Order: sequence, then structure tokens, then C-alpha cells
Amino acid sequence: MATVELRFSALPEHVRTARLVAAAVARRAGVDEAVLDEVRLAVGEACTRAVGLHQSGGITSPVQVLLIEEEKQFSIEVGDEAPRSAPGDRAPGAQGDDHDVETEEDEMGLAVISGLVDDVEVTAGEHGGQIRMTWPTTPPAAVLP
Amino acid sequence: MDLSLSTETVGDRTIVRVGGEIDVYTAPKLREQLVELVNDGSFHLVVDMEGVDFLDSTGLGVLVGGLKRVRAHEGSLRLVCNQERILKIFRITGLTKVFPIHTSVEEAVAATD
Repeated sequence: MATVELRFSALPEHVRTARLVAAAVARRAGVDEAVLDEVRLAVGEACTRAVGLHQSGGITSPVQVLLIEEEKQFSIEVGDEAPRSAPGDRAPGAQGDDHDVETEEDEMGLAVISGLVDDVEVTAGEHGGQIRMTWPTTPPAAVLP
Repeated sequence: MDLSLSTETVGDRTIVRVGGEIDVYTAPKLREQLVELVNDGSFHLVVDMEGVDFLDSTGLGVLVGGLKRVRAHEGSLRLVCNQERILKIFRITGLTKVFPIHTSVEEAVAATD
């Protein structure tokens, strides 16, 4: 079950909010302080990509972020609703040079995510795509009686 | 936090001081600034990133775009950055091989190819 669920309109100005919320929940879940910068960057990249896909595809539904606290791990799932019929295929609306530029930026975002996060899974289908990233957590130190 | 931008000219170099967060929302501002400088004839740019708190791939894309523009005029784009969290993004994307990265504005201004 998601500890925190966030939905936001596919607008660039909300990506920062998603980063801040994700980092705050990750910290609370016990993700190492040294890794929080990576969490912030990775979730920002995933949300930026989702916003781009929604905007270029004319999709009005919100981007969804699930922050899931589990035993010994913390996961973030960023979901978009941009349909893809084939790998690399883009939602309708993107065209011409913009298409190429957007595709390049999209790939750079994914490159950053895969460079940062060891445990990452990217899926996409006709109903949209999802990026799931997982980090280990350390349980809080036991309180002495 | 928003993005702050200021420019200063030292000899034939133009220093662009960037502060705050460079992401999908703020990167267009930086892109406009770089395009404007190149259009006005500034082809040797030093982008001081010491005040940058956050940089993502959108920001990297804008810097690469800036580099492409100045190179079309045989210019240069140098970066000033000492922050490990920012340098890491350049490393994992292989862009440390593309941008000359300096530890101070003075060093970047004095540098030649």
C-alpha cells in the first residue's frame, strides 16, 4: 500500500513539489541521508518525463506518484497515462523537430535515472507507462529503555 | 525556489551567474538568457554554477544547447562548479568530457583551449 500518493496536473511548476514531497517521505522512511539527493533528482527526472509525455500527447489527466514504504525498502512509482504502441513510440501530438528534441531530453532523463538508481524498472503499454525505483532503508535505531 | 541569473563581462568573456534550481520549470529562463547572449554577440561564456542548488537533465539539455550555439561561432562555454552533487550529474551523463569544468571563475576566465 502506498504510504503517500500524489497526483498533480501535468505542469512543469509542480515537479518541484513532487521532488520535495518524495524527499521528505523518503527521509521519514529511513532512506540514507547521503542518498536523498539521488532520490530527489531521480523522482524529478521521472516526473519531468511524465509531464512531457502528457503535454505532448494532449493528455489532461494528472501524473501519479506513489511513495511506498515497505520493510527494508522504499519505492517510488511515477505513472503517466500516455499510450505507447511500440517501444520508443510517442503519443500523438509530438511532431517535427520538437519531437526529436523532446525524445533526446526524454532519453537523457532516463539515462540520469538509470545512472543514479540501481533498482529501476521502466514499463510502458497502451494505457501508459510507469517508472518504479527502489532504495534500501535502514530501520531507525532501537530506543533504549 | 526560483532561478536567479546575472551577467558580467570580463574582457571577451561573459560570466553568467546562476543561482537556485534549474529544472523543467526554470530551465527555459536559462535557455533564453544564453540565446540572448549569443544573439548579442557574446560567444565566450562562463556559466558559474556555484549558486545552483539543483540541476536536472532539462538543465543539462539547456547547457548543451548553449554549447552548440557558441560553437557555431567558434566560441566556448565553460562551467564553474565545485559541488559534488552537481558534478555527479555531469559524470553519469558523460558530459564532463564535453564541458570544461573549472573550480573558479578566475580560472575559467583565464583558460584557453
